[in-house]
Amino acid sequence: MTADYGRRLWRFTKGAMLRNLPLMITCRQFDDFMLDYIEGNLPARQRRVFELHLRVCRECRDYLAAYKETMTLGKRVFGDPESALPEDVPDDLITAVLEARRSRPDSREPGL
Amino acid sequence: MHDRLTSFEANAEDEELLAGLRAGSDRHADRFVRTHIGWMRAVALRLLKDDGLADDCVQEALIKALRSIGKFEGRSKLKTWLHRITVNQALMKLRSRKRLEEDLIDPLLPDFDENACRIEAPWTQRVSAEQILSTAQQRRLVLSKINELPDNYRIILMLRDIEEMDTAEVADCLGIAEGNVKVRLHRARAALKKLLEPLLRGDVL
Repeated sequence: MTADYGRRLWRFTKGAMLRNLPLMITCRQFDDFMLDYIEGNLPARQRRVFELHLRVCRECRDYLAAYKETMTLGKRVFGDPESALPEDVPDDLITAVLEARRSRPDSREPGL
Repeated sequence: MHDRLTSFEANAEDEELLAGLRAGSDRHADRFVRTHIGWMRAVALRLLKDDGLADDCVQEALIKALRSIGKFEGRSKLKTWLHRITVNQALMKLRSRKRLEEDLIDPLLPDFDENACRIEAPWTQRVSAEQILSTAQQRRLVLSKINELPDNYRIILMLRDIEEMDTAEVADCLGIAEGNVKVRLHRARAALKKLLEPLLRGDVL
């Protein structure tokens, strides 16, 4: 029996369990709930069902952990001072903005 | 909104600056532009990934802000108001540059079998974000992977996770339903997870 066949057989058994046992959801349903779970928007009962799936499903547990780590990576990579985009702005850009403003003195909003 | 944006509190100095701007003072306009152009350009550059486009965007955003400063009523913080103008201007630039691709994300979405079971290779280890970001080379790699996301998903990930706007604000900026924002955000994060997997699994270390 190959490892791949073994994994497929296990998934088939797990799929049948998840679809038929009470309070169980499939991995696909779990995936649909993920965003609301992470943002704390799931009602208590749905949260319990979600967390039950998390306990019985190794794949979704690993997946959720990697998904959360990805969110952290995305947030931190821009916040990192060393990789932050330079905030020093070329002087000619500042000049261009100020000149554009001066060249259209009539363009201010009415009623100021 | 972002911490460093919300830390801007309206104070006596800003009131004086706003009063000067409304009176059309050049000196105040100069100070206003110099105070805000740096972070606004950084926002534009994150969204547009191009120096020239970001410069155009920030120039247009500042001119728009200066012309409509009379409409700023102080209900939101000045920096929040400017952030929104910058984001809107960047989105207009993206739209005019090209149609946002729609279908390229499918191969990056999670895999399920015919029983709706997740197909996920076993994880023997998971490298932490902190560890991954500890070298400049890997930080560049993470940034390049974010930039590989199709624009219509990347933008939502950027606005929600990086610019820290809420779902309603993003929906409003893009003119789409909140449900659509949530679906696209989830897909964008899932796609990024797949793109970053070699790093997260430690295969690149």
